[in-house]
Amino acid sequence: MSASKEKYTEAQYLEAIEYQPKTGTGKIANYVDTRVGGTSIVREFGRKVFPDHWTFMFGEVALYSFIITVISGAFLTFWFDPSMATTRYSGSYAPLQGLEMSMAYATSLELSFDVRGGLFMRQLHHWGALMFVLAMSVHMIRVFFTGAFRKPRELNWVVGATLLVLGLAAGFTGYSLPDEVLSGNGLRIIDGMLKAIPVVGTYISFFLFGGEFPGNEVIPRLYALHIFVIPALLLILIAVHLFLVVMHKHTQYPGPGRTQRNVVGYPIGPVYAAKAGGFFFIVLGVLSLLAGTFQINALWNYGPYDPSPVQAGTQPDWYIGWFDGVLRIMPGFIGNIPLEFVLPTPWGGNSVATPVLVPMIPITVLLLGVFVWPWLETWITGDKREHHLLDRPRNAPTRTAFGVAMVVWYLVMWGAASSDLMATHFALSLNDVIYWLRAAFFLGPIIAYLLTKRICLALQRKDREVALHGHEAGVIEVSADGEFHEQHKLPNEHELWTLVSYEAPAPSGPRPNAKGKITAVEKVRARLNRIWFEDRVEPVSREEYLEAIGHHGESPAGLEAAQSRQAITSGAPADSR
Amino acid sequence: MKALSQKRRHPFAFVALLLLGLLVTGGLYAAATTVNQAQASNTPDGFSSEQVDEGERLFVANCASCHGMNAEGSDAGPSLVGVGAASVEFQVGTGRMPMQMSGPQAQQKPPQFNEEQTTQLAAYVASLGAGPGIPDDEWLDVDEGDPARGGELFRINCAMCHNAAGAGGALTEGKYAPSLHGVDEVHIYTAMTTGPQNMPVFNDANIPPEDKRDIIAFLKTYEQQGSPGGFSLGFLGPVSEGLLIWTLGLALLIGSMVWLTSRSS
Amino acid sequence: MAEHGNGDSTAVVKAGEGASGDYAIDNPGLPPHRPRLADVDEKAAKRSERQVAALFFISIIGTVMFFVGYFAVARMDQFENYFEGMSALRVQNTLIGVGTALAMLGIGLGIVHWAKTLMPDHEVTEARKPLRTEEDRADAEKIVTEVVDETQIKRRPLLRNTMIAAALLAPLPAVVLFRDLDRTADFGVERMRHSLWDEGIRLVRDPTGTPIRAADLTIGSAMHVIPENLREVSGHGDRLAEKAKSVVLLMRLNPDDLHEPTPGREDWSYEGIIACSKVCTHVGCPVALYERHTHHLLCPCHQSTFDASEEFKVTFGPAGRPLPQLPITVDDEGFLIARSDFTEPVGPTYWERGHTDPEGDFPA
Repeated sequence: MSASKEKYTEAQYLEAIEYQPKTGTGKIANYVDTRVGGTSIVREFGRKVFPDHWTFMFGEVALYSFIITVISGAFLTFWFDPSMATTRYSGSYAPLQGLEMSMAYATSLELSFDVRGGLFMRQLHHWGALMFVLAMSVHMIRVFFTGAFRKPRELNWVVGATLLVLGLAAGFTGYSLPDEVLSGNGLRIIDGMLKAIPVVGTYISFFLFGGEFPGNEVIPRLYALHIFVIPALLLILIAVHLFLVVMHKHTQYPGPGRTQRNVVGYPIGPVYAAKAGGFFFIVLGVLSLLAGTFQINALWNYGPYDPSPVQAGTQPDWYIGWFDGVLRIMPGFIGNIPLEFVLPTPWGGNSVATPVLVPMIPITVLLLGVFVWPWLETWITGDKREHHLLDRPRNAPTRTAFGVAMVVWYLVMWGAASSDLMATHFALSLNDVIYWLRAAFFLGPIIAYLLTKRICLALQRKDREVALHGHEAGVIEVSADGEFHEQHKLPNEHELWTLVSYEAPAPSGPRPNAKGKITAVEKVRARLNRIWFEDRVEPVSREEYLEAIGHHGESPAGLEAAQSRQAITSGAPADSR
Repeated sequence: MKALSQKRRHPFAFVALLLLGLLVTGGLYAAATTVNQAQASNTPDGFSSEQVDEGERLFVANCASCHGMNAEGSDAGPSLVGVGAASVEFQVGTGRMPMQMSGPQAQQKPPQFNEEQTTQLAAYVASLGAGPGIPDDEWLDVDEGDPARGGELFRINCAMCHNAAGAGGALTEGKYAPSLHGVDEVHIYTAMTTGPQNMPVFNDANIPPEDKRDIIAFLKTYEQQGSPGGFSLGFLGPVSEGLLIWTLGLALLIGSMVWLTSRSS
Repeated sequence: MAEHGNGDSTAVVKAGEGASGDYAIDNPGLPPHRPRLADVDEKAAKRSERQVAALFFISIIGTVMFFVGYFAVARMDQFENYFEGMSALRVQNTLIGVGTALAMLGIGLGIVHWAKTLMPDHEVTEARKPLRTEEDRADAEKIVTEVVDETQIKRRPLLRNTMIAAALLAPLPAVVLFRDLDRTADFGVERMRHSLWDEGIRLVRDPTGTPIRAADLTIGSAMHVIPENLREVSGHGDRLAEKAKSVVLLMRLNPDDLHEPTPGREDWSYEGIIACSKVCTHVGCPVALYERHTHHLLCPCHQSTFDASEEFKVTFGPAGRPLPQLPITVDDEGFLIARSDFTEPVGPTYWERGHTDPEGDFPA
């Protein structure tokens, strides 16, 4: 930056040094300011504007759940001993007394039964973790459906996706720590999945477990990952994520007075800070309420890990559910033909565990898809502009439909992880549940896509209808000549603006490259572009609108605005700075 | 029920009824003749011959249509020779028999027979051939059992079907392992010795009576201790927890978000 | 409109300001501010103030509740009666949890209510700054060019190439360092081919370790079994690792229900008693759910179903191979023993499994 070359006068330096604060608070503020430069921070952030909408709060929930989970987790570490050395349990829980178990399990029990508030903190930690991943997921879904990932926020979307993956890792490593039968079998499944990886899988498993499963080493290793490596990465990426949010300024929904060039909302001081700060306590309160009233992970039920026992209803925490579910719906045989096969190799043959590897495909596709989506969409639509105004989901029908299809796909895999509970609780055959889920795996996303797209287009048409002819007022009038018609209430200009200010471009067709050739890739792009844009409901045009007004013979609020054609300046009515 | 009432109006309903009547009459006659045989042959330990007689009468009236007049079994129901008094105690005592409808497995329902009648039926079935008997009270006394040892045995032998907390679980093709909460000691015991439905048999050579008592002690301890962390969510583990956070947890937060961002009036 | 945002990436961003003619009407600007009750009515403002104070007071009550739960309810180990201790724990957990919840919700709801009703609710418009000015960009580019020039890296390719080579190699030690994550003496895939089972090893009950006579199993029985020599393995981790490979489910079927064994397996069962590895061939969960009439073995993790009467072939679910069967017989004393080890590696498929028997130590 050129700032370094700026020249300052001696008077400017002296001004800063000689300033004498008058009040006590002022003295403290000045002391801090002259050492850390608080002035610029206050000037930058003190009145920074944040748009206010309830769907913008999920990210905050995720942040707060993370903080709560870190704090409660730190509390747990004071008692928990992640050792696989054995001990004979002698704590308060009678049905396990005298059994041989690892220190990890014994200290988890100690935390639950013999440390006051330990059970509460354990449950708070676990509910907090579930909420952390949940909030991240919903936040990501919100960002997707409103198009908030578009330029210039693509990289922050990637940071967010990485945070989600790290959240899954944090959750799974924590789930495994108490070393009871449930989490032990979870690790065993991970071991089985690792071993299925061609060439290196077996060795990855050896290195993770320090030998053959389960060995002596895995819990301390997972502990190091769980309390140090993953949280540190999470912390760094959260900082990057927030820095980028501040740098880009928050997106906002389209609406009157909102443009691509401004941000409309409440200033940090005092309203936004109070709301966001108060919301931290609300999130903590809700999680405390859950932790105080609903039992979570009753690890004393499961007993110390032993490779022999297993329990009906062996499931992972919800966010790992889709990994488990997709493993369940994959068949091992088609008819009598095994899908698993031995690849003939010169050294005797290698096994390909198809029934484990194939389910990794949808998981990889979904995860990778999340990471590359911003670029994929830009490539298809050719839209390389900056977007600070969000899309109402209905106004991006193809994206919304595709997103819903992917959500449904995820839901099918996720739901499959509780196939056994669906069977018992709805009195169904376990096998039938799996057959239906297999069908839903393929058909669900397609149906969801078609249905959602139709719903979006219908909602857009409804918007057009309202914009041109107004809301149905629910009043039926009889005209003098006996004709019935319903009264319509025309929207005011503010509502109208929200209904009409969107884009619905037509497909653009293939474009030749610099050499004037249309490449095969470009043809694919053009085809996708057509699918993307061909079903569209155009927003009401000025001509249509003026005609409709004339037709109604009324003078609606929007008319003036439509005719005056005044440009909105960024500082418009509610001016502050 | 609807199907039944439709069938009742079927033209052949009368014929079927007639046949049924004939069968029952004939059955009663046959029963009367076999009573003496039973009396003469063997009265099982712990039962009186009157109980056997009464039991046989009940059997013929209520069970013979599926299990055969002499409990030799038919297409509709297995032979009961050698299943022992324990099977009757379990199947009839928990209301699973007589079966209400056919299905993947017999459903639990309020028992149709009182304790006395159940004992009589048990006496009759026990008289047909040797089988697991009704356990002594000694083996049902949970105060004598060791819940910790029972828990270990439970996790190895039972939890894979019945869930680690005894909440039950799914089996193949519509069958399921029922919840063990609130099941009587004697029924837990007899289920182990007889292996009802598709449950494997855990005879005394496999799990000795002392160990069975430990398992019962564990289950009863578990039942009595409740859930210290709050509502148990059905003891179903991560699925119900995930469901709760996605419903109640999310709803509470969305509620507060909407309130927080809405304008005050 | 239609050309907008599609196709031509160099299109001028007109929509930025909602400029004239793009839409049916022009951007009408922010809707007029509607004053709240508390803005116009001092009584309403006073009421809000009292509500906020009440919420803060609820928070204080919550904190007191926490202390009651923490100190007034005794810890579990101070109870003579176990069940009383457990219910006390539940009471304590509820008081602590609900107390904390009230304490936090009181503060949170109070502050938010304060912000909503008493703090200004005028929406404010702030202009977005361009991410950079062209002047700054040009400056930065100049600096970068100068910095690169000053390093002379472009003029001295030898420096550049050797540096790249060094940088590529330097991380390798960091990878190699992890080699000792597995320091076991028997490192390698060989160990996965064998378990503790061997000819003459007795089948004993899990966890009691008592041997089993054939007569102990009636038809329909199932028993969870470990090898007798498992208890000789010292070291908890090693024992668990061995157990993880050698757990066996033993069951007795009516011999008539058993299908004709494949050649070579004729003497693997004993009077209807069969034994199989409990470790699922899918991803390794214990397949322990045995249905005695259907002879189905079900894995509770992913619902793979095996048919015990047909040499544990897969009848449903994701498993790709039958469960390995353990050949068994009885010894002179009538106890069940293994005829040999499993004739294939147990558990999930791994890459090197394909060549099951490179050393030829499994019977054909």
